[in-house]
Amino acid sequence: MLEIKDLHVYYGAIHAIKGISLAVNDGEIVTLIGANGAGKTTTLRTASGLEKPASGTILLDGKDITNTSAQERVRMGISHVPEGRRIFPNLTVLENLELGAYLRKDKDGIARDLKMVYERFPILSDRKKQAAGTLSGGEQQMLAIGRALMSRPKILFLDEPSMGLAPLLVQEIFDIIKDINREGTTILLVEQNASKALQIANHAYVMETGNIVLSGTGAELMQSDEVKKAYLGG
Amino acid sequence: MEQFLQQIINGISLGSIYALIALGYTMVYGIIKLINFAHGDIYMVGAYVGYFCMTFLKLGFLPSLLIAMVFCTLLGVTVEKIAYKPLRDSTRIAVLITAIGASLFIEYGTMFFVKAGVRSYPDMTGLLVKQFRFGDIVLTMQQIIIVITTVLLMILLQFIVKKTKIGKAMRAVSMDKDAARLMGINVDSTISFTFAIGSALAGAAGVLVGIYYNSINPLMGIMPGLKAFVAAVFGGIGIIPGAMIGGYIIGTIEVLVSGYGNSMYRDAVVFAILILILIVRPAGLLGKNTREKV
Ligand SMILES: Nc1ncnc2c1ncn2[C@@H]1O[C@H](COP(=O)(O)OP(=O)(O)OP(=O)(O)O)[C@@H](O)[C@H]1O
Ligand SMILES: [Mg+2]
Repeated sequence: MLEIKDLHVYYGAIHAIKGISLAVNDGEIVTLIGANGAGKTTTLRTASGLEKPASGTILLDGKDITNTSAQERVRMGISHVPEGRRIFPNLTVLENLELGAYLRKDKDGIARDLKMVYERFPILSDRKKQAAGTLSGGEQQMLAIGRALMSRPKILFLDEPSMGLAPLLVQEIFDIIKDINREGTTILLVEQNASKALQIANHAYVMETGNIVLSGTGAELMQSDEVKKAYLGG
Repeated sequence: MEQFLQQIINGISLGSIYALIALGYTMVYGIIKLINFAHGDIYMVGAYVGYFCMTFLKLGFLPSLLIAMVFCTLLGVTVEKIAYKPLRDSTRIAVLITAIGASLFIEYGTMFFVKAGVRSYPDMTGLLVKQFRFGDIVLTMQQIIIVITTVLLMILLQFIVKKTKIGKAMRAVSMDKDAARLMGINVDSTISFTFAIGSALAGAAGVLVGIYYNSINPLMGIMPGLKAFVAAVFGGIGIIPGAMIGGYIIGTIEVLVSGYGNSMYRDAVVFAILILILIVRPAGLLGKNTREKV
């Protein structure tokens, strides 16, 4: 599905991504974990077209998309729930969801998907006329995920979806991610909550200061001493 | 009392023109945080296009208005493409200085083509010179046309911004450009569209002022441009209804000061209002008073 090869990304003089390669296969949940500032967000932003890499290639279903615009990538099936949710606070919940389907023309399909999002997140249906900025943190995260699903993605990027949520909600978000995946959407998940992420991941990568230092199946990495020490609290 | 009502009528007419110009300022500011100093000059060009349509092509008011709006749309989009777009990632001060340059370029470029002198709109005839008298109060057909045109354009604008897809894209881009990109919105063309609409409204204002005050010149955009900017700040820059309200209030105050006080002071009063609002309520009438983040 998605393949990244020898990617380098700079912010001015800062070398944020130093030649990483990773692959996400169809139907998988792949997770990217690592300390603050490791470059996880930058990796996702580059893969969805918000940052331009200095070198390297990004392939989607074997097609080179390195030089395509973010808009083109949405059209091709990438959807990105960014770090910090980034919902449109002054727009209503419904308007946010409609913007998720911005590039689609199939009115009936959009209506069907809207219904699906409301079924998945009933609270969004109750709040559809409300300004999105008035939602709670958890509700905003659900809106961000719902909005990303409205483009009917093949692959969904999630950047720290559990950030700042109460433990009960964290569990709910992880269950939702598993559901979305089971229904056929491939997932690339960036998480601080390494233990939960590894539990649901088919494959995992560990990043440190712009490099991938470890990779393996979720189960393997959970057993790894290095991962245990650094990310799972011993 | 009658004199007061007369002043209010005149103030609303002038305020309509300020409101139309202020909308362009506020929309552009809302989407790229730029005070587009060339905006007043687009209005001036609109007045000239209307003048040429009416004088040489002998067109009526409505076709002239539409042609001026189309011409200004193209001009506004061109200025954005050439002058502002290459500076998208530059500092705000660089873009601001460029805007002042664009303004001077349009002013003196226009002067090159039409000469510096004042020109007069053709004498209005027929329906356009009708007047209605209520006691001592006079309501001219021009004033009615100005207010009706303005209100119709504002309704159209509200419809575009609130109900259409491109309007939603405009609001999304003004809130969060990266998030908008992730929706598949083309941010650059959305910004162009915002300039297009703002410029069309300024072009309409130019023709309206032509039929109202009759005389036009290549530097006529400077003062109304500044006052419309004050109106936009007064209402809360970046907020569309704020620009409308601000335009009407500034227009009315200006007319009242000329009518009851001394017309020498009318400009000073408008700028005093700017200073006052910046001290008392920097976010403007409808703005939330939060500290600026950028
Ligand atoms: N816009 C930017 N300008 C300059 N440097 C940046 C920018 N964004 C990120 N960086 C730097 O790039 C590096 C990688 O940042 P990134 O946000 O990708 O890390 P992260 O792994 O997502 O961290 P976190 O877990 O805190 O979200 C960091 O050193 C960061 O300071
Ligand atoms: Mg991050």
